Amino acid sequence: MNQVAPDTLSEHAGATSSETGREIILEVTDLKKYFPIKSGVLFQREVAAVKAVDGVSFKIFQGETLGLVGESGCGKSTTGRTILQLYRATSGSVKFRGQEITSLKGTSMRKMRREMQMVFQDPYASLNPRMSVGRIVGEPLVVHNIGTKKEREERVAELLKLVGLNPYFVNRYPHEFSGGQRQRIGLARSLALNPSFIVADEPISALDVSIQAQVVNLLEQLQDDLGLTYLFIAHDLSMVRHLCDRVAVMYLGKIVEIAESEELYTNPLHPYTQALLSAVPVPDPVVEEQRQRIILKGDVPSPINPPIGCNFNTRCPVAVDVCHEEDPKLEEVLPSHWVACHRVV
Amino acid sequence: MAVAEGAEPISLEEESIHKSANPWADAWHMFRRNKASVISLITIIVIVFVAITATFWTKAGLIDARTGAKARHTINPVNQTAQDAYPDPGICARDGQGQNPYWCGWLDDESLAVVQDRYCFRAAPDVNQKQWCYVLGGDSQGKDWLSQTIYGAQVSLSVGFVGATMALLVGLVYGVISGYYGGRVDNIMMRIVDFMYGIPYLVLVILLQVFFTEIAREYQDSERGGFVGFVLDLNQDMGGLLFLFFALGVLSWIGMARLARGQVLSYREKEFVEAARAVGAKDRRIIFVHLLPNIMGPLIVAETQQIPGYIFTEAFLSFIGLGVQPGTPSWGAMISEVRTRGGFFSNRHILLVPSLALVITTLSFNFLGDGLRDALDPRLRGT
Repeated sequence: MNQVAPDTLSEHAGATSSETGREIILEVTDLKKYFPIKSGVLFQREVAAVKAVDGVSFKIFQGETLGLVGESGCGKSTTGRTILQLYRATSGSVKFRGQEITSLKGTSMRKMRREMQMVFQDPYASLNPRMSVGRIVGEPLVVHNIGTKKEREERVAELLKLVGLNPYFVNRYPHEFSGGQRQRIGLARSLALNPSFIVADEPISALDVSIQAQVVNLLEQLQDDLGLTYLFIAHDLSMVRHLCDRVAVMYLGKIVEIAESEELYTNPLHPYTQALLSAVPVPDPVVEEQRQRIILKGDVPSPINPPIGCNFNTRCPVAVDVCHEEDPKLEEVLPSHWVACHRVV
Repeated sequence: MAVAEGAEPISLEEESIHKSANPWADAWHMFRRNKASVISLITIIVIVFVAITATFWTKAGLIDARTGAKARHTINPVNQTAQDAYPDPGICARDGQGQNPYWCGWLDDESLAVVQDRYCFRAAPDVNQKQWCYVLGGDSQGKDWLSQTIYGAQVSLSVGFVGATMALLVGLVYGVISGYYGGRVDNIMMRIVDFMYGIPYLVLVILLQVFFTEIAREYQDSERGGFVGFVLDLNQDMGGLLFLFFALGVLSWIGMARLARGQVLSYREKEFVEAARAVGAKDRRIIFVHLLPNIMGPLIVAETQQIPGYIFTEAFLSFIGLGVQPGTPSWGAMISEVRTRGGFFSNRHILLVPSLALVITTLSFNFLGDGLRDALDPRLRGT
């Protein structure tokens, strides 16, 4: 388990000098995912591409939670799904414990899937309505042909207990549960194979606020008990601050800033991050009164045809000429604090 | 294993824990609440039962495919040259006393004379005891309309079920492949369907039946053999049903293929399918475990509502003489009796009996389809 691969610790975005001692569980390098737009009656040709993820690089360390935030349509979910190879990457590399997984196929890919699982956003769509809870949670075991029928049943009961559900529920169907309970079922399913890495794709945004805390606490508890590593995709910034060790901010398919959670919230450097954080309400009337919102003008440009240069230049309040010419690189401007902005350096 | 804090099992009352709500059981519960559908289902079961057991009733002497006299001993041919050799010519029903001890339905005098020409009813042991024959009347050929209707149900139901099953199977396989694999495969497969949609259904079916008839005629003279001969013989044994199935099935699946494809497309991107993929499930498992159980409901509903269409098409083809072979009982052929031999006003039962059978059967399937839609199509549930 503890195979540290020092040679994979190349000087790339996300890795910091102070963290070289920690084991990297996942390394994403220049990952791109373009969705082709086709046209034509019978023989379709590609006329354009939606650049959903356009050159994303980061690392996730063993046992940490990396938050991935950004507004709708910026490519957060696509990044998560491409890492899990639910989408085939257009280019770039994803290394899990030093092993390249974008090229894996068939049996070796299936084996790799035992290590990395996903929790989905919509608890109503992520459970097959025609399957009982027992079958849903036990499905990974069946797919990987683990254990006998009886052993699988025991494991399912154990998993249900683990996520705080009554094991009596095995014969019930998803529609009989509330959103929070369904999310627990989805969590139990993703834990069935004992994965070490979980992509949580907005696991709480479809839940009631009162239930959100329960599920977040459960995620933290499971992380402590099972030593899980999370990629936590969200747009609720205060929840991310609470849960994540480090946070990456995405805009239009690119990462604009990565930093330790506290550092990012107290000292945001990228103008987009600043705007994003200024939108978070503060539960203190005095502070709230003085809060200055940075209102960005215009809309997010189309990912089919992103702007030349820095892709934030159409809305950036501090953009200068160079921003329209050159794409800024993600650079470490402070220890463990990486920003892609011409104006910060 | 530790249970996360603040996440203690949500306690439910004991009884609700043990209550299982399987979606199929749910659907059945839903279906039972629709009275018209339940009555229709029972009607269909009765019709199917009677049709399947028709041969048994014939053997028991209750009905006869041709005459429909009640009991073996009450019907005898006048002489051995009659179509079937019934022994022992007896006393004709009307001879001597001029009385007809039989309740002969709607058989009018002219038809009765024809029948009596061919078959002579021997009086029952007790002359005063009325015997049943021609309960629903008959035609001028002496065919018993009750027997014809029952045997006709065999044809109509088998056309309905086989047509629906063929359409469902072919359309399902075609639609699922097209929808699941998508891309260029989908594009080409759907253009083929679009093309087939442009073919007028009834014209094609009629042309196919004419084509089959021609082939059969050509083969009649030459020595039969090989595959074509085998198929022709089989069709002959089935009274022309085989070719009818084929003609009806050629285009019937395209609607189902579109529906199946649409359903697959709507479920393919659902998160539970993605979850299965993330776990490492293969295509086969995703299709059979995750997609099919979810898309079957609307498909079954659509197909049930298509069954009356097949039954009507068969009746229409038999009516114009392109359906079952002459001599095979079929509702459409029975109705055409009015066309060929008359009796529109004088013998209303000739038109009425098969039409009623047709209407009751198709209505039952329509109501059954409605009930199934409410029960199986979750989008419409509760409306």
